[in-house]
Amino acid sequence: MSILDRKIEDPELKRATEGLSADRIEQVINSVLQGEAGARLKAYAETCMRCGMCAPACHYCVSHDMDPSYSPVGKVEQTMGLILRKHGRLTPDEVYGMAQLAYTECNLCRRCVHYCPIGIDTGYIISTVRRICHKLGVTPLYIQDTAHSHSATMNQMWVKEDEWVDSLQWQEDEARDEFPGLRIPLDVEGADIFYSVIAPEPKFRTQLIYQAAAIMKHVGADWTMPSTPGWDNSDMCMFTGDFEMMGRLKRSHFEAAQKLKVRRIVMGECGHAFRSVYDVGNRWLGWKNHPIPIVHSVEYFWELFNEGKIKLTGKYEEPVTIHDPCNIIRGRGLMDKLREVTHHLCSEVIEMSPTREHNYCCAAGGGVINCGPPFKGVRLEGNRIKADQLRATGVKTVVAPCHNCHGGLEDIIHHYQLGIQTKFLGDLIYELMEKPELE
Amino acid sequence: MNAFYNFATGPLAWAAFAVFIGGSVYRIWSMIQLAKQKEAAFISYMSLPHALRSIVRWLIPFGTLGWKENPSITLATFLFHICLFVLLIFTPAHEVLWSYAFGFTFPVIPEVLADTLTLVVIGACCFFVHRRLTNIQVRYVTTGKDWLALGIATAPFITGFLASQQFADGQIMTLLHVLCGEAMLVAIPFTRLSHALFQPLTRAYIASEFGAVRHVQDW
Repeated sequence: MSILDRKIEDPELKRATEGLSADRIEQVINSVLQGEAGARLKAYAETCMRCGMCAPACHYCVSHDMDPSYSPVGKVEQTMGLILRKHGRLTPDEVYGMAQLAYTECNLCRRCVHYCPIGIDTGYIISTVRRICHKLGVTPLYIQDTAHSHSATMNQMWVKEDEWVDSLQWQEDEARDEFPGLRIPLDVEGADIFYSVIAPEPKFRTQLIYQAAAIMKHVGADWTMPSTPGWDNSDMCMFTGDFEMMGRLKRSHFEAAQKLKVRRIVMGECGHAFRSVYDVGNRWLGWKNHPIPIVHSVEYFWELFNEGKIKLTGKYEEPVTIHDPCNIIRGRGLMDKLREVTHHLCSEVIEMSPTREHNYCCAAGGGVINCGPPFKGVRLEGNRIKADQLRATGVKTVVAPCHNCHGGLEDIIHHYQLGIQTKFLGDLIYELMEKPELE
Repeated sequence: MNAFYNFATGPLAWAAFAVFIGGSVYRIWSMIQLAKQKEAAFISYMSLPHALRSIVRWLIPFGTLGWKENPSITLATFLFHICLFVLLIFTPAHEVLWSYAFGFTFPVIPEVLADTLTLVVIGACCFFVHRRLTNIQVRYVTTGKDWLALGIATAPFITGFLASQQFADGQIMTLLHVLCGEAMLVAIPFTRLSHALFQPLTRAYIASEFGAVRHVQDW
């Protein structure tokens, strides 16, 4: 079995590969390998012992009965291995397969790092493959649409500037019925907190902005959101391999916060955006760390609970389990804080197995869910292990502080008929916190 | 025969060590230069405490998720490497050579233990061969380079054991053993065996990223 035996039709992959010549492919591949790749790729390519120890790390491989073409090293072999063997002289068909594999069969979750004695970062290798595909113009249709949206609007969902402000004012208006005096403060200079979200929030999960505003009001936070581009912290360009655009997005986000002279950025419950801001986009811009402190919502909620600022009316009574999102657990080590916050909110937590930094990915992250309907089946069949993990807990609620994880888990729950609901921490806090008594 | 043996254990051995040490220094130096030239930003995240923490952790059998979930390869890998280093230094016949070349002596292991450990290494190598042929994960990604590395790493132990048993003409076996050992030394910087040089660097890098930047363990 290889990627070429399971090609899925994607209009953009088809169109783009039809226009490629062998010379063009070779020239682009070698320009990336010689211009951008360096010691990491060279060392990884040379020292990987082909021991296969990484195979049980990958949810795709485990879920496909250990089919070797889905193992991390098997996937590297079919993409970067192929490139190195053929010195970049791939056929358009091979480029199609390479793109399909890199964009839809690896979530860049880095679970395999825990399995490799050499310390090979497969996520980095697959990202480099995606970079090559981007430079060849070979990216799946749906994720490329989000990348185009980023380029045109500086947000992922084609949200226009007036629509953004309208959405905030709409949510403020709605929330004032429940929380008299609530504001969603726009462009407040010198605020403690610059709160940023991903574009799907104003687009189709607007209640999350409502909830965030309610929590900010409840704890008396000094916060603001920008009315101008830079409000969206998401970044599909990081995943398509369009690093130039990724840099523009992150600069816009950091600068929106800097212009308002805020003390720090608090990000909504999103994993990939955190990865982009925390240790990918900032580096592209030349920041070793960040021009302004950044905190993920999990950490912010943890602070609020520790400071005693959140008053609850009770606890969530049903048992819950916790899904550990890769980008804030393997990406930031927030597993303990996530558990402390969940225990503040819930009476009973039943852990998945494996858990914490060893937890399986949701199969939606890394831009895979953003590749859209043609590849939905890849995610569902490729993550049977997650369904097994969820089912084994016996709970009916899973807490997942990440948007992509929600999307991925909801699809898995529906497909495998698990009858489980997904919750953000913000959902639970909003549901359980003391609210003003209305007349 | 004696002249060739003297040549193999004399000038050829010095040449093999020279290629091994010179080649290793060059490979590591050039890899670090490449990293400085192309990925200097990533070097800035290197953290010695996190690197050491991770390297030590991965040196503990079954101390990491990868080792725990792959018990048979873990056992074979640790036995192979531990026995390799013990035999390389503490085999009585090797100690004589060390002593002859550098003028110092040290305690050695009994012959019978050396033979046993050699058989353990050969057993581990047989396991590696078997696994490469029968495990579909491994077979899928195995290349000629992997077989070459395995062959080079196995040969000194087979010839060493046969030499210690005075198999056929013991002298020829001893000579073959010396040549195979020298071939392995020369091959380390230039084949898959270079993981011996680069593994500490790749481990240190990912450990730094995971430990110092992302505040999470890499095992």
